[in-house]
Amino acid sequence: MAGDTILELKNVAAHYGRIQALKGISLSVREGEVVSIIGANGAGKSTTLMTICGIVRASEGAVHYAGQDITRVNADKLPRMGLCQVPEGRRIFPRLSVAENLDMGAFFRRRKRRIRADMEMVYEYFPRLRERRSQAGGTLSGGEQQMLAIGRALMSRPKVLLLDEPSLGLAPIIVKQIFDIVQTINQEQGVTILLVEQNANLALQASNRGYVLETGKVVMADDAASLLDNPDIRKAYLGE
Amino acid sequence: MDNAFTFFAQQMLNGLTLGGLYALIALGYTMVYGIIQLINFAHGEFFAAGGYMGVILLSYMAGAGYMDTHPWLCIGFSLVLSMLYCAMLAMAVEKVAYKPLRHSSRLSVLLSALGMSIFLQNALMLTQGVYDKAYPGGIFGAPFEIGGVIVNYMQLLILALTAGLLVALNFLVFKTRVGRAMRATAQDKVMSALVGINSNRVISLTFAIGAGLAAAAGIMVGFYYGSVRFEMGFVPGIKAFAAAVLGGIGNITGAMIGGFIIGMVEIMAAAYIPYGGEYKDVCAFIILIAVLYFRPTGIMGENVDDTRV
Ligand SMILES: Nc1ncnc2c1ncn2[C@@H]1O[C@H](COP(=O)(O)OP(=O)(O)O)[C@@H](O)[C@H]1O
Ligand SMILES: [Mg+2]
Repeated sequence: MAGDTILELKNVAAHYGRIQALKGISLSVREGEVVSIIGANGAGKSTTLMTICGIVRASEGAVHYAGQDITRVNADKLPRMGLCQVPEGRRIFPRLSVAENLDMGAFFRRRKRRIRADMEMVYEYFPRLRERRSQAGGTLSGGEQQMLAIGRALMSRPKVLLLDEPSLGLAPIIVKQIFDIVQTINQEQGVTILLVEQNANLALQASNRGYVLETGKVVMADDAASLLDNPDIRKAYLGE
Repeated sequence: MDNAFTFFAQQMLNGLTLGGLYALIALGYTMVYGIIQLINFAHGEFFAAGGYMGVILLSYMAGAGYMDTHPWLCIGFSLVLSMLYCAMLAMAVEKVAYKPLRHSSRLSVLLSALGMSIFLQNALMLTQGVYDKAYPGGIFGAPFEIGGVIVNYMQLLILALTAGLLVALNFLVFKTRVGRAMRATAQDKVMSALVGINSNRVISLTFAIGAGLAAAAGIMVGFYYGSVRFEMGFVPGIKAFAAAVLGGIGNITGAMIGGFIIGMVEIMAAAYIPYGGEYKDVCAFIILIAVLYFRPTGIMGENVDDTRV
């Protein structure tokens, strides 16, 4: 099922001032895969995604995407290349309406009719958003905001979607809905997904492969099924 | 009684005219603040530069005789050209004086803005001289009277142009994609980058629009008072800043309302308070201090209707 490597990090380091958050991360994602990064709070998961997207600059190493070196590419160039992130905490534009938030997801696209059609598709995935389309994004519930954040990302027609803790702070029933949609997006639209989660069980069950991050380093990489069976992982991340 | 009413109506008209001009300048403060949280102290200088560009172009065209044959075309042309000139000037100022300090403390940028203000004012003085420069007169014909209120065509032009610009700006910011991108950038720069918005471009554009509006106000003030002077940007600049704070800094509708309130209060104070004419300039500052003391978020501040950038 998995195709060629579409995203690859080679020995990537990143710093916040003098604090080193990533200490040489290497990982790769192939086209069509769902890959998860699990790890405790502060392990460097979000920093990894922000470094891929060029918000945090890699101080060492390289990021390759779709055959190009994007290590020094500005963040705002990546969405039109098909690389898109749903960041931690959703980051909905609070004073833009739901529809305006979705439209911003398609910022770099010009064809109005196709944008409109994609907005319809997002409303089909998340009917709640249609009901609330003229409401300010900041007034939505946490679950609705997560739906909007994913919907906004879909509006860019991504090839690779980076998802940072989509389950954070949500009721289990909403989490299930969101994960169902994520799998649909992967299977029906062929979107490659790199998923960051603290909820390791949930993430690995939805993934093909997984990486385990500890204090800025990859400490383990394996098939999701093997990680789920690994006694060390079960003890450390699955609460057993 | 009738007399008192006509007098009041006259003051209302004057207040509206002045208020519209303050509103146009105030928008630049509020939009720039909304996007990069900077009080652009150099903003008043764009207003002055617009007034001067206007007088330079108009005098040239008057000298060439075009003002007699096509006065409206000349006014329109110099208006558009001055707005464009100030828009470019503001983008240059931003690139030189603010952009390199994007990640420095807010105080550094504020000081840089003060420095820019002094620099621009002195540049105007050195290139254009210390004396008033007169706007060409006699274009607008004689004033007429409606029920005792004296109206002149220039005032009508100012009101119409101000209204047009305010409507156009509202449309741009709240109904177009560019405006949406501006608001998105104001609200979350990281996220706006993640959807593909180049925040440097949006910031440039914001400066350009604010300065363009100030330039339009500069030309209208030139016509209204008949002349411009190199230091003309200072006092109206601070008053417009007071208007922006009164309206809730960062809020576009607020800046418009604030501008009209300050203009109106100033005219009314001059008309109704004994010796008010001598104190009218103080009104804006009294209002500014009162707002900062009692309601720092301004009229349209947080939790009121959201028309922040
Ligand atoms: N903006 C920041 N400034 C300074 N340090 C940061 C910043 N963001 C994250 N860090 C630090 O970098 C490390 C990794 O953080 P992060 O990538 O957010 O971890 P995770 O997403 O796995 O919880 C942590 O030690 C965190 O404190
Ligand atoms: Mg995180």
